[in-house]
Amino acid sequence: MAQAQSIRTQSQPDTGDTYLLPGETYTSITSVIGDVPLTPPMKTPKGWIFGFAISFALLMVFLVSVSWLLIRGVGIWGINIPVGWGMDIINFVWWIGIGHAGTLISAILLLLNQGWRNSINRFAEAMTLFAVACAGQYPILHLGRPWLFYWLTPYPNTHGLWPNFRSALDWDVFAISTYATVSLLFWIVGLIPDFATLRDRATNPLVKRIYGVAALGWRGSARHWHRYEMASLLLAGLSTPLVVSVHSTISYDFAISQIPGWQVTVFPPYFVAGAVFAGFAMVLLLMIPVRTFYGFESYITIRHLDVMAKVMLATGMIVVYGYFMEVFGSLYSSSKYEQYLLYNRLYGPSAWAYYGLLFCNAVAIQPLWFRRVRQNIPALMIISTIVSVGMWLERYVIIVISLEREFLPSSWDRYIPTVWDWSLYLGTIGLFFTLTFLFIRVLPMINIFEIRMYLHQETERAHRREAALHGHGHGHGHDHDHGHAHASAD
Amino acid sequence: MGQIFPRNANLLIRLSIFAGLLLFVELVLILGVYFRSNYFRQINVAVEQPVAFSHQMHNGVLGIDCRYCHVSVDKSYFANIPATETCMTCHSQIKTNSTKIAPVVQSYNTGEPIEWIRVHNVPDFVYFNHSIHVNKGIGCSECHGQINEMAVVWQEQPFYMGWCFNCHRNPEQYIRPRSEVYNMNYVHPADQLQVGADLVKQYGVASKDQLTNCSTCHR
Repeated sequence: MAQAQSIRTQSQPDTGDTYLLPGETYTSITSVIGDVPLTPPMKTPKGWIFGFAISFALLMVFLVSVSWLLIRGVGIWGINIPVGWGMDIINFVWWIGIGHAGTLISAILLLLNQGWRNSINRFAEAMTLFAVACAGQYPILHLGRPWLFYWLTPYPNTHGLWPNFRSALDWDVFAISTYATVSLLFWIVGLIPDFATLRDRATNPLVKRIYGVAALGWRGSARHWHRYEMASLLLAGLSTPLVVSVHSTISYDFAISQIPGWQVTVFPPYFVAGAVFAGFAMVLLLMIPVRTFYGFESYITIRHLDVMAKVMLATGMIVVYGYFMEVFGSLYSSSKYEQYLLYNRLYGPSAWAYYGLLFCNAVAIQPLWFRRVRQNIPALMIISTIVSVGMWLERYVIIVISLEREFLPSSWDRYIPTVWDWSLYLGTIGLFFTLTFLFIRVLPMINIFEIRMYLHQETERAHRREAALHGHGHGHGHDHDHGHAHASAD
Repeated sequence: MGQIFPRNANLLIRLSIFAGLLLFVELVLILGVYFRSNYFRQINVAVEQPVAFSHQMHNGVLGIDCRYCHVSVDKSYFANIPATETCMTCHSQIKTNSTKIAPVVQSYNTGEPIEWIRVHNVPDFVYFNHSIHVNKGIGCSECHGQINEMAVVWQEQPFYMGWCFNCHRNPEQYIRPRSEVYNMNYVHPADQLQVGADLVKQYGVASKDQLTNCSTCHR
């Protein structure tokens, strides 16, 4: 128990100001966040209905696109030899990368005891899950016979065969399924105490029962909290390597091949940084409208946005380093194919994508060095959008430009996505936003009890600082009070 | 605030966890058994043919060699179904008036082939070659069972890929001397592993790597 609590309820270091706006109480936190999912159906905000309707329409586009794909096969896409990987893999990598911010926030920042994460972890984890759900569609749909996707799992089949463990396709199966499972568990475990809060606050008996079942009999006893802390720490420990390993595995899809431009040794860390980069851009892109719409400015403060912008800038600069390494690699390789790749990126038929990528991911993030930009909401929205486009272009550059001009000039060809490529992409965006809107509607999108705990810690800290200022004896005091934050809420 | 769940709700939740796990395991097991079952594989289901032809009589009792009718079995990927004329080589003289022969005679007179019903069906994406098996010492009965005892033919083996691998991974367990290939009553000797290893070497059966290569059967 001591181990579990020492990390989660440790006082925050006395640096900087609080991440909560003053004037918040346990009750105000609980009611402001908790009342959103408990709104009666007839009083659903019009804005939500409007957004959900658009997303759902896009989800129907997904349905149509997938149905046609199942009927006709992957020939409806623009892929062919030599460009056998097109928007299916571009979008797969793009989506799975977006998910990484959630895992970083929920796992690594938890272990690093960053209290400010409490305001954004629930939302970011949800985003992770939905992004993984979108990403998972692509490798399955691009199989040719998607209904046999389970052949990729090792089970005692009548073929008398294991899947090919040397194939990156199979590594993806394990990477993604592990990632989805751990993320889902982590998310659901974190929701249990909040389900209990919703159960207790709901007035409609049916709603009360639904949240009650989800709360699994949570009563907030010390034993419950102990087990909860243990479970979430263990899951954080399990998720931490996943932040690094999943996208490294995705990068091996390219790195184990012999295609020029796919084998720079910086690929795994470069992919991971790119994933976190894209993920934080997406978190910003989603959280800024939500916090304005639902009036969560007290919990997701301008300082949160500032910190997330800093993470985005840092990972973005790692990605830029990756671009330098790619250029260096092709110049230094003494391989004419690698050198031609650089020429092709700069002057080839798809050079627009490379310049676009350099602008979006290297140039457009530079204003983030300035605090004024990091705390300017329209600027953040614009930069995050540009970064999301830029990361999509990055995968386009890596996949399409390399494949369009492979070793043999006689087999060079262009890649032109068809309407079905685009409709599937739009469709997964619809899937993502449909899930996000449902999540916003029925679940507390900010972690209520962690914010309460954070408020408790911040209050403690304020007392401590006051005591130090007035020169009272032992400045560390009040440690006996830890852990009461959960129980005393409501 | 009153209780919203009865006292035994916790027990129900706990039970449902185990029930869910059990259900999953059972589902996997049931599917696994079903796809291997004789019912799904249509094993031991005698297939009635348009002509009451008995392999038991022709091969078992009369001792006509397989290749008298299935001429191409050792030369081609396909073990041909005999033409009506092949039947008539004997039946123009023997049992000419039997009612059982009537469809054959009719086919001969009209030139309309008999529509035999396929019993052993291998999917289109499998390139199966009879001649290589027969010429490397794999007997008919290894896959088709003891046809010489079947009045009406049925499928005796499951014909899924794992079953093919039994032999492709361990050909020495199933190989026999070429002279015994068409012997339906052949019994493997007690020292089959020894004899088999020698035969594998002698007949130049491909290495196991090659036998289990995807493109050996899927082209």
